Amino acid sequence: MTKMPHVIEIQNLTKTYKDFKAVDNLNINVDNGEIFGLLGPNGAGKTTTVSMLCTILKPTSGTAKIDGHDIIKEPSKVRKSIGIVFQDPSIDDRLTGRENLLMHANLYGVPTSIQKERIARILKLIELEDRADDLLRTYSGGMRRRLEIGRGLIHQPKVLFLDEPTVGLDPQTRDHIWRYIKDLKEANDITVVLTTHYMDEADRLSDRIAIMDHGKVVILDTPQKLKATLEGDVVVIKSNNNKNLEELLSKWFNFTKQHLEKDTLEVTVPNGRNAIPRIVELANQNSIYIESIVLREPNLEDVFLHYTGCSIRDDTTKELHGLSAIHRRAIR
Amino acid sequence: MTELRGIYTLWLREIKRFIRDRVRVIISFIQPLLWLVVFTAGFSARLVIPRVDYQQFLFPGIIGQTLLFTSMFMGISVIWDKEFGFMKEILVAPISRFSIFIGKMLGDSTAAMIQGVIVFTFGFLLGIPFNPLTLIIALPVMLLITFGLVSIGLIIASFIGSLENFGAIQTFINLPLFFLSGALFPTTGEGIPGWLQFASKFNPLSYGVDALRTVILGSDWTPLNPIHTNIAIIVIFDIAMIIIGTWAFSRMKK
Ligand SMILES: Nc1ncnc2c1ncn2[C@@H]1O[C@H](COP(=O)(O)OP(=O)(O)O)[C@@H](O)[C@H]1O
Ligand SMILES: [Mg+2]
Repeated sequence: MTKMPHVIEIQNLTKTYKDFKAVDNLNINVDNGEIFGLLGPNGAGKTTTVSMLCTILKPTSGTAKIDGHDIIKEPSKVRKSIGIVFQDPSIDDRLTGRENLLMHANLYGVPTSIQKERIARILKLIELEDRADDLLRTYSGGMRRRLEIGRGLIHQPKVLFLDEPTVGLDPQTRDHIWRYIKDLKEANDITVVLTTHYMDEADRLSDRIAIMDHGKVVILDTPQKLKATLEGDVVVIKSNNNKNLEELLSKWFNFTKQHLEKDTLEVTVPNGRNAIPRIVELANQNSIYIESIVLREPNLEDVFLHYTGCSIRDDTTKELHGLSAIHRRAIR
Repeated sequence: MTELRGIYTLWLREIKRFIRDRVRVIISFIQPLLWLVVFTAGFSARLVIPRVDYQQFLFPGIIGQTLLFTSMFMGISVIWDKEFGFMKEILVAPISRFSIFIGKMLGDSTAAMIQGVIVFTFGFLLGIPFNPLTLIIALPVMLLITFGLVSIGLIIASFIGSLENFGAIQTFINLPLFFLSGALFPTTGEGIPGWLQFASKFNPLSYGVDALRTVILGSDWTPLNPIHTNIAIIVIFDIAMIIIGTWAFSRMKK
């Protein structure tokens, strides 16, 4: 691939609600052709960032360029060069799948002569050919999501934004959608910006990840390098008294971070192999019984914990929201 | 060209949605007939209008009223689109807010006009024989009235978040517009309170109803204003509403 200038250049992008900074002085460059992940907990400012980039929300200050067009000065050109799958559903379920795609093609000025062929190709990619002429209200949540992703591709955008593409979907469907995202990257000359609060999703799909928290980028790198920055192993311990053990360990060990996750205690230490015997010994001396102790590689969850000091948990209320939105449409 | 295609696309969508909603189609047939029957029964020859009988006087008024109620109600399509997220898909498309407003306005106007035409054809219930020629002359007038009224509905809906509030505000606006339009009773002449005469002058529907009476009743009716004055005022009102509507859609967030 030839080296192109950055397809997205975000400069000091800020959005303030009253005196709350939802997006705080963001500076990111996205390279042409990559899948760029914006990873962060709910409320980190991902959707706000994406809304500003796709020109439906006015920044308080700062700006961005997409494919060379300024989001404030040339919103119409920006809109032509992007496709977007919003976090919440945005399809017309009284129309068929094909009608939704056709309407999109017309709104984006795709020449009439190539519409049919383009729509057929997209329907094939998202494997909805046999359901194309059914009303969308008869589609499942995963099928709707696929249609929205396909719709975003109809006008062959330079950049595709996917805002939490798999929230509220079951694991199998998520897996399916991940494959589509990978496939469409292969089949199209396109840059993808993906926002998510799922570690595994960001890890699996992204070429580079920006971890976002409180409207700021905490760290930005490839998933591999992010995990490598921890330079250590995670020891996962199950004991009959995690709390006391945690306290003990924090006195004796110089470890980066620990967290009490459900009934397990996780500590990141420079050298896990050497640490295990000492942890067991320490526990024995203080009559704490260790049920199990496991060594694993650090994942993005640990990276997030390391840089922000708090855990990025799945916010279940948000998921319910996504589900109920789909449900509400289904029963209408 | 892209803008025109965008307008056509949005128009077509409103039509498809309207036709596929069987309940809405049935209601749009029954509702105007209901009004015709109710008004005929309720107001049979109570008022004396010079040179025309009350049934004749009432008929254009009911057309105006049908257009008012249905047009204003069409704003619900915006609430719907906001609620179910489709508005975002429209707002992020590379077409102007003006085209978005016009596309929706034309689509909803077409649906509202269907009811207007139904009332027109059933005028024989009031003893007004159906005359296709009159309909052809009346159609452009009805369309001009509809554009402005649909625009009001869309503008209100673009500011309102919930269905309930939309309903409340609509009733709040509909009833005064209706009663002060001259649709049911004259708003000028002897015995009509001065404030009412004055208020009706600020009601765009007054000019619409008067224009409709002029084209439907012909020389039997003595217009309040010359037809070209009425049409000019309606057109100016429509243009003003479209400008406000474009502005309202530009500031709409989702
Ligand atoms: N219209 C708004 N008014 C006030 N606060 C808002 C508004 N929209 C978003 N926020 C706040 O901005 C923060 C970031 O929200 P959002 O971008 O949706 O986060 P994310 O997509 O990462 O979950 C949240 O704290 C949210 O409550
Ligand atoms: Mg979000």
